[in-house]
Amino acid sequence: MKLKTILSGMTVALMLGAGAHAAEEGAPSYPLEQPRHADWSFAGIFGHWDIQQLQRGLQVYQEVCAACHSLKYVAFRNLEALGYSQDQVKNFAAGFSVADGPNDEGEMFERPGRTSDYFPSPFANEQAAAYANNGAAPPDLSLMAKARAPERGFPTFIFDIFTLYAENGPDYIYSLLTGYQDSPAGVEVPEGAHYNPYFVAGPALAMAPPLSDGVVTYEDGAPETVDQYAKDVSAFLMWAAEPHLVERKSMGFKVMVFLILFAGLLYLTKKQVWAGLKEKEA
Amino acid sequence: MCAAKTEDSADLERRDFLYIATGTLGAVGAAALAWPFIDQMNPDASTRALASIDVDISAIEPGQAITVKWRGQPIFIRNRTEQEVEEARAVALEDLKDRSAENDNLPAGEPATDANRSAGEGRENWIIMVGVCTHLGCVPVGQAGDFGGWFCPCHGSHYDTAGRIRRGPAPRNLPIPVFAFTSDTTVTIG
Amino acid sequence: MSAGHSIYTPKSGFMKWLDNRLPLPRLIYDSFVAYPVPRNLNGWYTFGGILSLMLVSQIITGIVLAMHYVANSGMAFDSVEHIMRDVNFGWLMRRMHAVGASMFFVAVYIHIFRGMYYGSYKNPREVLWILGVIIFLLMMATAFMGYVLPWGQMSFWGATVITGFFTAIPWIGDSIQQLLLGGFAVENPTLNRFFSLHYLLPFMIAGVVVLHVWALHVTGQTNPTGVEVKDMRKETVPFSPYATLKDAVALVLFFILFAWFIFFLPDYLGHPDNYIPADPLKTPTHIVPEWYFLPFYAILRAITFNISIPFTEIVLIDSKLGGVIAMFASIAVLFILPWLDTSKVRSANYRPLYRQFFWIFVAVCIFLGWLGSRPAEGIYPTLSLIATIYYFAHFFVILPWLGWVEKPKPLPASIADAVLTESKRMAVSNPNPAVLHQTGTQS
Repeated sequence: MKLKTILSGMTVALMLGAGAHAAEEGAPSYPLEQPRHADWSFAGIFGHWDIQQLQRGLQVYQEVCAACHSLKYVAFRNLEALGYSQDQVKNFAAGFSVADGPNDEGEMFERPGRTSDYFPSPFANEQAAAYANNGAAPPDLSLMAKARAPERGFPTFIFDIFTLYAENGPDYIYSLLTGYQDSPAGVEVPEGAHYNPYFVAGPALAMAPPLSDGVVTYEDGAPETVDQYAKDVSAFLMWAAEPHLVERKSMGFKVMVFLILFAGLLYLTKKQVWAGLKEKEA
Repeated sequence: MCAAKTEDSADLERRDFLYIATGTLGAVGAAALAWPFIDQMNPDASTRALASIDVDISAIEPGQAITVKWRGQPIFIRNRTEQEVEEARAVALEDLKDRSAENDNLPAGEPATDANRSAGEGRENWIIMVGVCTHLGCVPVGQAGDFGGWFCPCHGSHYDTAGRIRRGPAPRNLPIPVFAFTSDTTVTIG
Repeated sequence: MSAGHSIYTPKSGFMKWLDNRLPLPRLIYDSFVAYPVPRNLNGWYTFGGILSLMLVSQIITGIVLAMHYVANSGMAFDSVEHIMRDVNFGWLMRRMHAVGASMFFVAVYIHIFRGMYYGSYKNPREVLWILGVIIFLLMMATAFMGYVLPWGQMSFWGATVITGFFTAIPWIGDSIQQLLLGGFAVENPTLNRFFSLHYLLPFMIAGVVVLHVWALHVTGQTNPTGVEVKDMRKETVPFSPYATLKDAVALVLFFILFAWFIFFLPDYLGHPDNYIPADPLKTPTHIVPEWYFLPFYAILRAITFNISIPFTEIVLIDSKLGGVIAMFASIAVLFILPWLDTSKVRSANYRPLYRQFFWIFVAVCIFLGWLGSRPAEGIYPTLSLIATIYYFAHFFVILPWLGWVEKPKPLPASIADAVLTESKRMAVSNPNPAVLHQTGTQS
């Protein structure tokens, strides 16, 4: 028993030590800084969307990000989840020009968007996107909130199982968008790149800071700051990545209550049935 | 040492209640678990989104027709000439194989008069039908057959200018789907 | 306990009619109703039942997903998003299947470690154990191919790395790799055949599971004392309702853990890079397999040296081949475990020295798993090598040696004795007469 305790303790110590050791020497690991945390309405067991925030986030996406980033897995009809009526969604869709065809003359043509269409890409294809952006195509944003989750390290990742931390994505996007700063002395930043310690693949990224105070006018009086824009668009992107998030969590709550109740009843049943056995003991 | 426990009736009741409660909760859970597996086979959101389409009919001259796809099927939209409308009106109901209008926009059992087959008041020249032969599902050819309407080449069914079956093995008139004119030049089908 | 005559008496006319023509009712009755099970089994023995249900769950959710998934490299990723967004409850089906794979491995690792602790692999259960290792191998193949199907970055690059193993085989390695891939790299042909095989293998697993349960029913279960059943009347209980109910409780508790991940931590066990569509021109910074393969991945990368003929430049086994051999050996060693463990005593409850080495082994496996997630630089390769050497030493050095030198604790005469001793011990420490009827090694 004692030997087991000693050796388990050694293993843990080795892991912590190895982690710290690796952090000190060798190549730097990115992101240079762990993402900052923001409060998200959709976090936790009872997470829910802040509809106003999602609408503002859509506006930020439309006015700032959509110039370069596509959102190909989101259809206009999905926007009803943001609190818009069918007619509002129809009008919104009709404001877009969508490629269609071939027509009876064999030609492709452009037509106004319908609710069943998906957000069109600002570029015709991947190559055009890269060509227009110094060789780095701006990635599609539909799944960005799930495609970025910097490692949390041991033992944090164990605690996350209990605290239900699942917001690495939005925290990352928020930190990245608000994290642009001057590079510290001695850090080489290639031409055309912008230093950002929150970037996951290096010290600098090709995207210039997209947000600045006042770049989007909010109708509902929310502060028009980079911090607010970043929060709103991150929340919107979380919705875009996982539109069924709230449904998932609310079903989860009901399922857990049911399972715990059922487990309790089954356990009592089991004890009851097994108690019948002991009566037969000699 | 181990005295046999005699169960009094209260114990028995409690035990039975426990078993029944557990069993019921299990059955409810099983049903709740089964439903998503069944529902996933129902049409998904992207299919349901295409359940209704808008068609621009402004370019269709009298005597012309277009075919559009709706829910995976061809829809004939024809701007009939006055002559075609007259011919359809002249047919007596007794001469029809299928006397029902087969029009989803009307209550069931309406007769197959031309008024009930066309697109309604002020739009008698328009006819909108599902272009699938009611015999075995082939797509009939327009402006063909002995009655000036449609002809199905697969087994020789003839439809008249109101899309009603007149001769051949098909049992029913070409069905008319739910539709509505949202303006003079646009009709929403479905 | 072995195949004897059945005591099944059909209750209804229909059952009698059916049983006369095809003895299926009799078989089910004998195997899952009347089948005698040692009464002192604890919660660790419920994982066989849990595993069977996880297999059923994966098959059903898998068949449902296959109704919507498209196994074509141009459409696979999109079809998975279609499932997640548009298909009714598609997000739930996908989560159940993906998290289910992880849960399947949680259960199988507990099941395997339970077997190692209680000596379930020992005579006469060697074939039972070997069938289990075969199931484990089939599970690994199924899980590997399944992970490729969403066609994300990790799917693609994980497949590239694993199929790259085959080039380590001398002379014929490249040809074998091309045969498996259906091309020169992981592409559409690979994806298509992985889908076909991923659909097939679970049914093969089901077949081997039938053999596994059959082999179990021939010998009967072990129990925590490691002493075989001597008196069926006193020491066993019929499978239904006793073991059925106990398995049901364990199953629901397991489902609580399962649901916790499905509904609140759905992407925790996965990798974010798999939400990026596969790009053959861009390698992720750190390619890692799913967590359940990490220990083997660590062993694979631990071999960083070539094995050459001393004093010459001739390389016999290069480090890549060495890693592949070590990785396969780490699973193959399980096949011969029944013969490596020389102890006459089954259960670690009565082997105090072995018990300590067992827990060290568990810690080393977890350590190897963590190492598998680290980049192959710094001190990690060295640590991996030490852990790998220990892993093999546990099987080839410690186990045989322990059998000779260990002084086991005295075994109980029978299961009944052990149960009685346990009740007396609990009665002494808990003199409440009401509690006297609640004792025993069952929970």
